[in-house]
Amino acid sequence: MGDMNSIGVSVKRKEDYRFLTGAGTYTDDVTLPHQSYAAFVRSPHAHAKVKSIRKDKALKAPGVVAIFTGEDLAAAKVGGLPCGWLITDVNAQPMKEPAHPCMAQGKVCHIGDQVAVVIAETYDQARDAAELVEVDYEVLPAVVDVVSALKQGAPVIHDAAPGNSCYVWALGDKGAVDKAMAAAAHVTKLEFVNNRLIPNAIEPRAVNASYARHDESYTLYVANQNPHVERLLMTAFVLGLPEQKVRVIAPDVGGGFGSKIFLYAEDVVLTWASKQVNRPIKWTAERSESFMSDAHGRDHVTTAELALDKDGKFLAMRVRTAAAMGAYLSTFASSVPTILYATLLAGQYTTPAIYAEVTGVFTNTVPVDAYRGAGRPEATYVVERLVETAAREMKLDPAEIRRRNFIKTFPYQTPVALQYDIGDYEATLAEAMKIADVAGFPARRAEAAKRGKKRGLGYSCYIEACGLAPSSIAGALGARAGLFESGEVRVHPTGKVTVFTGSHSHGQGHETTFAQVVASRLGIPVDDVDVVHGDTGRIAFGMGTYGSRSLAVGGTAIVKALDKVVNKGKKIAAHLLEASDTDIEFKDGVFTVAGTDKAVPFGAVALTAYVPHNYPHDKLEPGLNEQAFYDPTNFTFPAGSHICEVEIDPDTGITKVVNFTAVDDFGNIVNPMIVEGQVHGGLTQGIGQALTEGCVYDKESGQLMTGSYLDYCMPRADDVPSYKVGTKVTACTHNPLGVKGCGEAGAIGSPPALINAITDALGIREIEMPATPERVWRAANSNKKA
Amino acid sequence: MSDDRVYPVSIEVNGTLREAQVPARLTLVDFLRDTLRLTGTHAGCEHGICGACSVLLDGEPVRSCIMYAVQADGRKVTTIEGLAQPDGRPGALQDAFCEAHATQCGYCTPGMVIAAHALLETNPAPAEQEIREAIGGNLCRCTGYQQIVDAIKLAAGKNTGNAA
Repeated sequence: MGDMNSIGVSVKRKEDYRFLTGAGTYTDDVTLPHQSYAAFVRSPHAHAKVKSIRKDKALKAPGVVAIFTGEDLAAAKVGGLPCGWLITDVNAQPMKEPAHPCMAQGKVCHIGDQVAVVIAETYDQARDAAELVEVDYEVLPAVVDVVSALKQGAPVIHDAAPGNSCYVWALGDKGAVDKAMAAAAHVTKLEFVNNRLIPNAIEPRAVNASYARHDESYTLYVANQNPHVERLLMTAFVLGLPEQKVRVIAPDVGGGFGSKIFLYAEDVVLTWASKQVNRPIKWTAERSESFMSDAHGRDHVTTAELALDKDGKFLAMRVRTAAAMGAYLSTFASSVPTILYATLLAGQYTTPAIYAEVTGVFTNTVPVDAYRGAGRPEATYVVERLVETAAREMKLDPAEIRRRNFIKTFPYQTPVALQYDIGDYEATLAEAMKIADVAGFPARRAEAAKRGKKRGLGYSCYIEACGLAPSSIAGALGARAGLFESGEVRVHPTGKVTVFTGSHSHGQGHETTFAQVVASRLGIPVDDVDVVHGDTGRIAFGMGTYGSRSLAVGGTAIVKALDKVVNKGKKIAAHLLEASDTDIEFKDGVFTVAGTDKAVPFGAVALTAYVPHNYPHDKLEPGLNEQAFYDPTNFTFPAGSHICEVEIDPDTGITKVVNFTAVDDFGNIVNPMIVEGQVHGGLTQGIGQALTEGCVYDKESGQLMTGSYLDYCMPRADDVPSYKVGTKVTACTHNPLGVKGCGEAGAIGSPPALINAITDALGIREIEMPATPERVWRAANSNKKA
Repeated sequence: MSDDRVYPVSIEVNGTLREAQVPARLTLVDFLRDTLRLTGTHAGCEHGICGACSVLLDGEPVRSCIMYAVQADGRKVTTIEGLAQPDGRPGALQDAFCEAHATQCGYCTPGMVIAAHALLETNPAPAEQEIREAIGGNLCRCTGYQQIVDAIKLAAGKNTGNAA
């Protein structure tokens, strides 16, 4: 069966058994001998000086082991949290990087900022004692939104960042854009907010850190998407520990969506403190702590213009965005609204001139960083809202205006740095229109109108750049890390295989998908392949999982290692079959001498490698264990067309998504069932952004108004439809699997499709996300904004 | 401030009588996870909204994070571990979740399976909207719910002998 045995097959997931029987092991499930527990004292103020911290009462509380503050960290020379991407501004100056202490050093800058940690025998004792820590604050004026933060006279959050500006960064040819705008037949201009979101993985962040004095080593269990990056950042940049002395294990992780990429203060504090108290310390976020300490997403304010000629051909795009960084720079915060945003503004179109200017802004809010899509949903929202609005203004069909502007020849160099390798945008749009029955929409709209309901249809043709790479270019753009991946294929003497990957699975099903890749390449059953991830003690190195990179980058590293396994296997087989290496073929799990019936199966070659009695010792080492690192030559470019149909009840303002169609091009697909699940999940998060979710801070007090599930509205099963999904395949040209990545597409493409549908239904130009019933009702009942 | 007194409880958990002395403020989820080390039940929000901690109390789904262990005294609790077959293999509903790819990260899964189990006990052949309402109290951030709905339909079809 060879290559065909499981690629493209919906193999049931290997990991499900443990999840379905309660046998998964998440960080909070790990309890170690002599375990202690931590609770953090957090700032109740958005911006304040910390004048004093009194811990004497708390220290006397039952069960308290120790209490530490920022002063203790400073005395121990524990550094602040680093930012992993240096953005250089329009004046060739480095971005402003204010210190990001792990616990307050005289000042707090957002609700939830860490002030002290209490370690006790039980969680309850730690929490009780935390309430006895007396902190004397001098409250300062706070600023929570980017527009206010940039105004003259706004409270300054960091002396190192005057005017609260982290950077002003630009991409594209401003002169060409200005010229095209001035001469255009039509210019569509929109101003909008891309609403701040709170990721809300259902497993709260958790850490269990321990120290072994006998060999001065640390072990850290942590709910994290990239344990090697966590270790590198913590050891090299914050704690100054020898890397080999720290083992980071990210066991089963209950969702990440970006929020578990980053190095967080709690991880550092517990690791450091575990040595001070010489005991394991566990901390698991309460949900309210998740709301006020997990990195948030989005939070842009944008003005965008699209210039068109009289036929609706795009001439130029100009985008100005103020993007919140929050109170401090989180691990990859600076890159999200720049490198991962402005580079995507060409979308699927041949717009010849694009200019984007982005101001990174400090606000007294939780740091903002990558959240599912990271920059690309924001870019897609800009492009697809502009395109749809332009079509309406020019009385062109929204599908037709897109077709007139689609990129049709590849490779295609955009004016914003990226080179798309392949795609077929007309095909995905045509397929989506067919599945969505766009032709039948007018009749459905008329029928709804008879019932007093308003129906609307909205499109979104998105593109994303995944598998961020190559390292050399990223480095030139300011990345302070590599962007490769590692894979190791360990063939055991019996011919069974363990694969070690630097990618991390926290719901994506890598244990199955990667096993399918390996099994099909080696011609062995999927059950003979186990995949190990998430442990720096077992895996050589890795960059982890984010940006839909795992299969395209991590999978390719595994394929490279498999190639080495097969090559060595051919040499062993040649020896056994008394033939030349170059005459050996490998197919369907069997090595054969070309053109003969002389053959030896993979298992026999594996056994020979480990029992090398009859073996070419003069030419070959024993064993069959190969490793590869893979640094891609380009991004991958998944793209697709989403079509949303909504029905609005103008009396209640309730928007019902009655049809949602997504046709995506992810390149080749290994496990269709898993890919479909990824798409559904992404779509639901995108619908959440467009309809229900929005983080709100009070502008006066800086208080987080949406600090629980009672205030922050997560989509539920009865809020979303059954999706209609399809795929079109153009295989990625620069990785051997031909794969592109599918994890973020749904969240990237869907929000503008929804908003385009709602504005279509109501005949209005704009509505702010989330389009809550109140906003929709107001829009439906006053056409003033139209 | 905390009350240091402890109270005796006797709770049948997954068919086994478990007796313990617990503080009044110990929640049922902490009793299951920390006292009994049954870590299959997950805490997701501690305010009764996300449903990850759902267990069956005398057959009815409840949120174990907003219930005290002492309130379960003398009652029967079934957790995700109790829905497996006696040898630990998944039960039919759990199998359907695997078949339909109804679990991704697995964190909400135990609560979701409990909610589905409770639905099928009272309504063996639910319509899609009934399924969506029945699991409407359980947040899943990964799946978008559709494959969970499919799994429950699949299990219902097997229950009633109809191919899904």
